[in-house]
Amino acid sequence: MRIQYVLQEIGHGLRRNLTMVIAVIVSTAVALTMLGAGLLMWQQTKAMEGYWYGKVQVAVYMCNQNDVGNSANCTSAVTAAESDAIKAKLEITPYVAPGGVIYESQQEAYQHYEEEYGKTALGQNATPSFLESDYRVKLTDPSKYQIVEGAVGGMPGVSSVVDEQQLLSPLFTFIHIAEYTAVGVAGVMLVLAFLLIFNTVRLSAFSRRRETGIMRLVGASNFYIQMPFLLEGAVAGLFGGVLASGVLIGIKAFFIDGIVAPHLTSIQFIGWGPFVFIVPVLLGAGILMAVVASAFTLRKYLRV
Amino acid sequence: MISFENVSKTYPGQERPALSEMSLEVERGEFVFVIGSSGSGKSTFMRLILREERPTTGRVIVAGKDLSKLSNWKLPHHRRLIGTVFQDFRLLPNKTVHQNVSFALEVIGKPKSHINKVVPEVLDLVGLDGKEDRLPSELSGGEQQRVAVARAFVNRPMILIADEPTGNLDPETSVGIMKLLDRINRTGTTVVMVTHDQAIVNQMRKRVLELDQGNLVRDQARGVYGYVR
Repeated sequence: MRIQYVLQEIGHGLRRNLTMVIAVIVSTAVALTMLGAGLLMWQQTKAMEGYWYGKVQVAVYMCNQNDVGNSANCTSAVTAAESDAIKAKLEITPYVAPGGVIYESQQEAYQHYEEEYGKTALGQNATPSFLESDYRVKLTDPSKYQIVEGAVGGMPGVSSVVDEQQLLSPLFTFIHIAEYTAVGVAGVMLVLAFLLIFNTVRLSAFSRRRETGIMRLVGASNFYIQMPFLLEGAVAGLFGGVLASGVLIGIKAFFIDGIVAPHLTSIQFIGWGPFVFIVPVLLGAGILMAVVASAFTLRKYLRV
Repeated sequence: MISFENVSKTYPGQERPALSEMSLEVERGEFVFVIGSSGSGKSTFMRLILREERPTTGRVIVAGKDLSKLSNWKLPHHRRLIGTVFQDFRLLPNKTVHQNVSFALEVIGKPKSHINKVVPEVLDLVGLDGKEDRLPSELSGGEQQRVAVARAFVNRPMILIADEPTGNLDPETSVGIMKLLDRINRTGTTVVMVTHDQAIVNQMRKRVLELDQGNLVRDQARGVYGYVR
């Protein structure tokens, strides 16, 4: 395989069908941007779920020294006796799953808090004593939050009872809808990109039929004949992937970090970590999709 | 070199076979004319040798290989044994004479040093030395056909198939091309030439295969174009 010949052929091919190639690159880029956005949103919900989400439904927070005077049941920080009484009460409350009452100390709460909010302003100011110890309660029926509230809400030492599910659910529903929409749009755009590549390669094969006809006659291998077409597709797909990555990095850097994050300090947004994984996925997906589409077209339109 | 054993070819959707029950043998180094009117099966005959088509029944054996057993991925190697020349030359218009000929070697992965050595040799053989850098549009029809012959022959094929190579040329130029094909034949290359050109067939006195409606109606050594017409 002569590299210079191949590069030359790719260059010629891409220039010959410039408008079609641009269409391929743009539609691939849009498809991959959507795909990448879906993946990032998935990462975002994972980051927001925190340690307890999905494991328990209700949190019974107990008083710490800061709560004294702020909460009706808090005359002092929770005592061991109060804590034991709350636990005993929870364990006989209907709908609480067997073994579903888990104690979380202030120190543990701090660790989980830091995992979730560590990089935000909230997280940086937190100390263990700032947080409340609590019981995480798992329910056999997640909708029966009221029962737990009624059972222990008024007990001494209980600062508040929170339905964690309810707190995050609407937001997650929103993000999941956005995520599925993005992936759905990505699917439609991928079909579009596939059809465009199909057409582009067909045009390319047609405009080069003289060359390929001669190559066939003199006994060039199928690989050699098809290679320039496949590489053309791969280059276009790669461009699409690069564009998509650029767009997503731009959104993260200027929109999320620059505009949204300073106003929403309570939410920890995804960092650059996921990009290390998503950018190669997008580049690879762009190339793979283009090569598969090209190969499929060549089987049909480039008789060897 | 080429052997047909009871070869029939019927194209899908057609009742009459394009070739029926054809058996013949072409020896190494022979020069064979294939004649016949349009639709007589000449093209099918050639396409079977190149394995562009497979016979419906019977066997085609080229250079000792049964083509119906040849796998698709070995097909390129089979085609390297055969050089092909067409009536319409089929040169690449944006490449020079030298590039057109070297193209045939580049695409089968021959090293540059080899290409630079053999291309001038073959251009010299076909009488085009000094015209390496011309484009096909700057050449006469006869010269263009010489480029095509050079391209077909540059890889020293065992068989040269010429499909009406003089069909677009005037008689005088045709003679030049025939001399060239004769010279190539004398190097030991088997030449199969499809033609309508009576004068040439009569002049050359080579073996003649005449096809009519898919049947081999004449196989004559040192034949002429048509004595029963």
